[in-house]
Amino acid sequence: MAEPITVRPSVSVKKPFLTEKRRSNITAYTFIAPFFIIFSIFGLYPIVFTIYLSFFKWDALGPMKYVGLKNYDLIISDPTFWISFSNTLIMGVMGTIPQLIVALFVAIMLNSALTKFKKTFRILYFMPNITSIVAVTLVFSTMFGNNGMINWILNGLGLENVAFNSGWWGVKIAISTMVMWRWTGYNAIIFLSGLQSIPIDLYEAAKIDGANRKQQLMYITLPLLKPFIIFVTLLSTIGALQLFTEPYVFLGQSGTGSTREEGVTMVTYLYSEAFRNGFFGTAAATAVMLLLITIVFSVLNMIISNRLGGDSKGGKA
Amino acid sequence: MSTMNTSSTKLGNPGLFSKILYYVLLIVGALVSVFPFYWMFVIATNDRGAVFNIPPLLTIGDQFFNNFERVLEKSDFFQALGNSLFVSSMVTISVVFFCTLAGYAFAKYEFPLKNILFVCVIATLFVPTQLSVLPTYIIMAKLHWIDTYRALIVPAMVNAFGIFWMRQYISTSVHSELIEAGRIDGAGHFRVFWNIAIPVITPAMATLGILNFMNVWNDFFWPLVVLKNKEHYTIQIALQQLFSNRDGLDYGMIMSATFTATIPLLIVFLFFSRYFIAGLTSGAIKS
Repeated sequence: MAEPITVRPSVSVKKPFLTEKRRSNITAYTFIAPFFIIFSIFGLYPIVFTIYLSFFKWDALGPMKYVGLKNYDLIISDPTFWISFSNTLIMGVMGTIPQLIVALFVAIMLNSALTKFKKTFRILYFMPNITSIVAVTLVFSTMFGNNGMINWILNGLGLENVAFNSGWWGVKIAISTMVMWRWTGYNAIIFLSGLQSIPIDLYEAAKIDGANRKQQLMYITLPLLKPFIIFVTLLSTIGALQLFTEPYVFLGQSGTGSTREEGVTMVTYLYSEAFRNGFFGTAAATAVMLLLITIVFSVLNMIISNRLGGDSKGGKA
Repeated sequence: MSTMNTSSTKLGNPGLFSKILYYVLLIVGALVSVFPFYWMFVIATNDRGAVFNIPPLLTIGDQFFNNFERVLEKSDFFQALGNSLFVSSMVTISVVFFCTLAGYAFAKYEFPLKNILFVCVIATLFVPTQLSVLPTYIIMAKLHWIDTYRALIVPAMVNAFGIFWMRQYISTSVHSELIEAGRIDGAGHFRVFWNIAIPVITPAMATLGILNFMNVWNDFFWPLVVLKNKEHYTIQIALQQLFSNRDGLDYGMIMSATFTATIPLLIVFLFFSRYFIAGLTSGAIKS
C-alpha cells in the first residue's frame, strides 16, 4: 500500500491512533478473520482433539478413559487396518499415476494440434467431474457387474470374466477406474491452464536452435509445467489417501460391504470403527495415522516432483 | 486463420497423420468421458431387467416416468433435491464472498504476519478432512446442530482452496494503482474492494462458485454422518437410500433418480461453462 497522505493541518502534535497504516492492517485482519475463526472452531480444535482422543477409550456417550497408546496397539495389531492401508496405497497408485500421465497427454493434445472444437472438448472432458461420486459409482457398478458390459467386452475379446465386485484385483481395478474417469479431465484442464501460461517465444527460440518436438517437451514444457505438476500430484495424492465414497457405495450395496477386505480403505475403516462399532478412540488413532501418512507422502511427492525436469525455473506453485 | 496462432504452433506443426491421430485419440477420450452419462440414461428409460441384457442394451426406452414414479414412492426425492439446492447455494454464496475478501487481503495488503498466516491457510489443505470428523461431530452434538442444515453450512462457509485460488487471481489481475487511486479519492477499504476489485475478478469468482457448488452438492461423507432424519437428507444421501433396500436392486428406478439428480448440475455447468473454463484457464494458479 502507498504511504498515506496526511497533510491535514493538525492541531495536536500527537498522531491520531488510527493512522492510515493501522486502518489498513485492521481491514486486512477483518477480511481474513472469517477463515481463521471458522478454521479454529471446525478445523484446528478438532485436529488437536483428535490427537487427544486417540489416547482414550470412548464410545461417544460414557466417560472417556485414558488408555495411553493402547488404541494404536489395537489398530496396528488389527489385520483389517493393514489391509486398509495396503488397499489405499494400491488403489492410490493404480488410480493416480496412469491418470496423471493421461491427463498430461490430453492437456498437450488440447493445447497443440486442434484449433477447432477446443472448447467443446474441454467441456466434454470436464463433464465426469460434475457428477456425484455416488452416481458415478452406481453407473460403474452396473458396467462392472458379473454379467455387465465390461465382462461382455472381455468375453468378446476371448478373455475370461473378471470378478470386479468380489475379486481382490477386480475390486481395485473397478474402483481405480471410477477414480480415473472422474478426475482425468479435471487434471487435464489444470495442466492446460499451465501450458497456456508458458510464453510462446520459448518454443520459437528452441525451434531456431534446432530442438525437435521431443526436446521441446523435455526441456521447455515439462520444466515450466513443474509447479502445476506438483500441485496436481499433491492434490491427487491427498485425494487418493482419503478414498471413501467409491468403495463405500460400490461394496456397500449388498449390505455390510464397506469393510470387505478387497476394498476397505483407511477412511472406510475409520468410518466403521467410529460410526458402526462406536470405537471413537481407535477411529481417532486411525485418523492420526492417516495424517502422518499424508504428511510423509506429501513430502515424498514434493521431493520426487522437484527432481523431475531438473530445471529450477519452474518456481513455486 | 492467422499463421501465428498461439497455441497450435507451440509444439511445431504436426503433419496430417499426427493430426488425424490427435483427433481420433481426443474423440475416443471424449466418448469415454460421456458414455457413462448415456448409459445412465439408457438404464433409466428401460425396464428393470435392462441392465443385465446380454449383449448390453444401448437404446433409449420409454420407461422413464414409470421408473421415476417408483423413486417418488420410495423417497422424498424433490424434498432432497430442494435441500441440496438450499445447502449448496448458501455455502457457495458464503464461500465466494469470504474467500474473495481473504484472497484480496492476502494479495493486496501488507500486514504483520501476512506470510505466516498464508502458509497456515495453505497447510490446512494437507489435513485430511476425515481427521476432524469425530470432534466436529461432537461439537455439532454439543451445539444441537446434528440433523440440521447448520451442521452442513457453517463449517464450510470459507475454505483454504478458495482463498488460495482468489489470491492467485487477484494478485495478477487487480492493479494496485487502481486501488490506491480509489483510496485517494476517499473511498473506504470495503468500498474499494466492492466497486473496483469485484468487477475485475468475476470470472474467478464464477469458477470458484461452480467448483464449490459441485463439491457441496456432491458431498457424501459429511451429510451421511450428521443427517439423521429423512426429511433433511441431501440428494446424495437420498440416492444412497434408494439402493440400500433388500429386495434386489431396481436399477431402472435408481438410474432415473441419479439422472434427474444430475440434471440441475448439468444445467448449471453448461450454462456457466464459458465463464467457468475461462476462469480456470486464465489467470488462476499462475505463479
